[in-house]
Amino acid sequence: KTLETSRLASPPPGAEAMVAELRRDDMAEEAGTIRDSVAFRLVERVLQSVRMEPFLIAPYDLEQYRMMVGTLDTSRTKNRDDEALYVTYLKALSEAVSKIDITYHHSLLNNIFAVRIWYLQRDTMVALLDLITRLAAVADQYLRECLQMLVNNFTPPIVERNEVPTWAVSRKKDIFSHLCGSLKTISDTVPLAPRMLRDIIDRSMPKLFDNKAKMISFVECMLGLDTDRMGDLIGAILLAKVVDLLTELDVNITWEDILQEEHDKGIFEMELEDLDADDDGDGFGQAGTKVCLGGNACAEKLDGLMVVVCEHLKSLDRQRLYKEFVILKTIFRASLLRVHRSKFAQFIMFYTCSLDPKTLGEGFAVFLTDIVTEKKEDPISRMSAVSYVGSYLSRARFISADTVVTILKKLVDWCVDYCDHQSKREATPIPNHQLFYATCQAVMYVLCFRLRSIMDYPNLKSDLFHMPFGFLFRHRLEPLKVCLPSIVNEFLRQAKDAGLVAAFVDPAAEDAIESDLSRTFGGINRLDMFFPFDPYLLKESDRYIRPNFEFWSMVKTTYSDDTDDDDDELEDLDAPEMNVGSLDDHVEIDINSDDDDLEYSMNKMSITPHHSFLHQMAMDSDGGLSMPARIRPSTSPPSRWAMSGESP
Amino acid sequence: MEALREATAELTVYVHPSNAADVRLAVSRQLSTLLFSYEDRFDGVLLSHEVEFEGDNEDVLDGLVPYFGVPVTANMLLFSPQPEMILEGKVEMLGKESIHAIVLGVFSAAIMADDIPEMFKFKRRGHGGKFISQSDKRHVIKKGSMIRFSVKRVDTEMNCHITGSLMPPHTGCMRWLSVHDAEYASEISSGKRKPRDHTKSEQKVQGRTTANREDSMVNSERPRKSRKRAVGE
Repeated sequence: KTLETSRLASPPPGAEAMVAELRRDDMAEEAGTIRDSVAFRLVERVLQSVRMEPFLIAPYDLEQYRMMVGTLDTSRTKNRDDEALYVTYLKALSEAVSKIDITYHHSLLNNIFAVRIWYLQRDTMVALLDLITRLAAVADQYLRECLQMLVNNFTPPIVERNEVPTWAVSRKKDIFSHLCGSLKTISDTVPLAPRMLRDIIDRSMPKLFDNKAKMISFVECMLGLDTDRMGDLIGAILLAKVVDLLTELDVNITWEDILQEEHDKGIFEMELEDLDADDDGDGFGQAGTKVCLGGNACAEKLDGLMVVVCEHLKSLDRQRLYKEFVILKTIFRASLLRVHRSKFAQFIMFYTCSLDPKTLGEGFAVFLTDIVTEKKEDPISRMSAVSYVGSYLSRARFISADTVVTILKKLVDWCVDYCDHQSKREATPIPNHQLFYATCQAVMYVLCFRLRSIMDYPNLKSDLFHMPFGFLFRHRLEPLKVCLPSIVNEFLRQAKDAGLVAAFVDPAAEDAIESDLSRTFGGINRLDMFFPFDPYLLKESDRYIRPNFEFWSMVKTTYSDDTDDDDDELEDLDAPEMNVGSLDDHVEIDINSDDDDLEYSMNKMSITPHHSFLHQMAMDSDGGLSMPARIRPSTSPPSRWAMSGESP
Repeated sequence: MEALREATAELTVYVHPSNAADVRLAVSRQLSTLLFSYEDRFDGVLLSHEVEFEGDNEDVLDGLVPYFGVPVTANMLLFSPQPEMILEGKVEMLGKESIHAIVLGVFSAAIMADDIPEMFKFKRRGHGGKFISQSDKRHVIKKGSMIRFSVKRVDTEMNCHITGSLMPPHTGCMRWLSVHDAEYASEISSGKRKPRDHTKSEQKVQGRTTANREDSMVNSERPRKSRKRAVGE
């Protein structure tokens, strides 16, 4: 190697002649350029000399070649001279790409493709990426390897304890931008390259059990490709893959994992949705609830990925955002909508809509409603969509009241049509009316959250009052008896206060306990308690969701002026619905069976679904529900939604 | 562009029964999976297609999977570059040792240093560098220039990568050629192209070729062989 270095430092005797012979040079006098061209000639000569069957190569040439290959070997650390030599070689090779042969220069190529650019100095990295770009452009045969090499470098090196070294973290942005830049240059020069790239990314995509740092790094870099032309070509595929990964992580988080910490510590947090300390200053809050998901690896990975995706969405300009929204809607429809146990992945739609409430927010609501009312859609999608619409309109702060009323009108109209349709037919068994009941429930649920704010607008209020609730609730299908009692009760209470349902509500129907109808309905084909946008529990990414999220405790209800705050909270934490008896013994609960309300409120019992919700028996015995606004895992399998009859 | 040609083919496209409601769409989609790939049977890259249906006869393919075959006549636009053809492309990247251009916005072409005439000198200054002809300083090839070049080799295995050469006469930057190259200028003004004889010239591809769905059980993978047609080989 020293021979090599000295050779370049003081050009060999023939060099003057070579310099004079140079034909394609700028004829600049800087030493650097001459040195570069000397290096180029050298490299060219070496490459040419081994371009034959191994046994034909002169030993001297072979030696030269081996030395060159050795310099390019990055597995050995380099001192400054070596580094400079390395860069020179890279530059020379960039120019000599046409002389590289895939068979004869195999070991050379191996060394190039095996490089981990994270370990390189910045200048070296730039030179190397230039070489890779040129290799990709010169012939198809290197294209796949070049792309693969770049994709392999999406993930940083992992050292002990599965951590990314700190120096890698600080260089991350720079490296990613260079990688994406190279990929884009390649795609500009070889327009069909993105097709290949798409397949390569597909294969290299991190799997469920991969290391968290690698996963996050890969997705972050991958989403960096989602701009301009590359984004137009493969953006949709990339997003679909990311959403697939999110969904997969999501369904692997179980509620046991989430609740694990609670009863271990014996602290009773606030209801999980109130992550900050309450107005009453109980002092519970952040520390308590945020440990919930500590133990779960999938949750952590999902958390990290949600941060990456949200950041990416936030960084898009308006035009691109609209395109992404369209793509996301398609992806949502194809995958997320039908995943019944997804807990957090759907919040990417929530976040996207929050970025542009007027257009996207409304657009999403209309999109969901259309699925509900479209006869050609399959039953599971429709049921899911109606749950989404209910939860979305309630929880999204950025949706204006008039959008809510418009959507409600559509849903109510659909229900009325359905009733009309039914009236012409014989009474059919209940399971067939699942979608109808689900829609009624969704409407009531939304009104629980929104009624008060709608009342503030006279025109909306009158629109609302013109809706045929009376007809609907007095219909022989009796939605009030079938829908979840807690929702019905809350709705009736608020609606009565507002004067919406004074006329028809039957005193006996107040505080309806679950009737037989509902029970049957619930027992066999349970109207699922699926509220997709229930409070978000992942701590890192929570900051994206929280500003736009409406917690039940923040909702102003129509009756809240009359009663003082304590009562209101009590109303929600109302013990009788807590169904103490069904809880497991080993779950420590301080609630006394004598239902001392005051003590209860002081203890601030959480209504978190204890194991009662994880056990089937709770389902059957109407496991304590207050406002289902709180976290409720939906555990009934989608098959139960399968409808056997017809629906309008 | 010499390499573009139209061809008519009689094909049988096999369609899955789930698409029976809209056969036209299914056939169209099936043919679209072949777009921008080099097809041996067509001897070129499919750029666009238009189908006409022949009658109502649809044979059902026997066997485990009940695909039905739809006979169609397809008008196709193919791109089949051959050695010695003259192609036009837009320069995308330049280097001391190579010029990279894009043909038809889709195909990549590279011209190596050995195939660039001596008179072109590379100047690194300026945006991305440029090649300037010593004999006429106005003949400049830089990023964004449209150039005519002759095809030296076509690599059809993957993306139809073209290796070209600027050595033959009447090649170079088109803008300059249209002014200074008498023959080329007359060619374009008269709107006629000089006839070139190619190794292959066909108008119809007869016979029943099949195009299966990607997910069909019949193995539709064609063997990938390296097809490098080079000058003199």
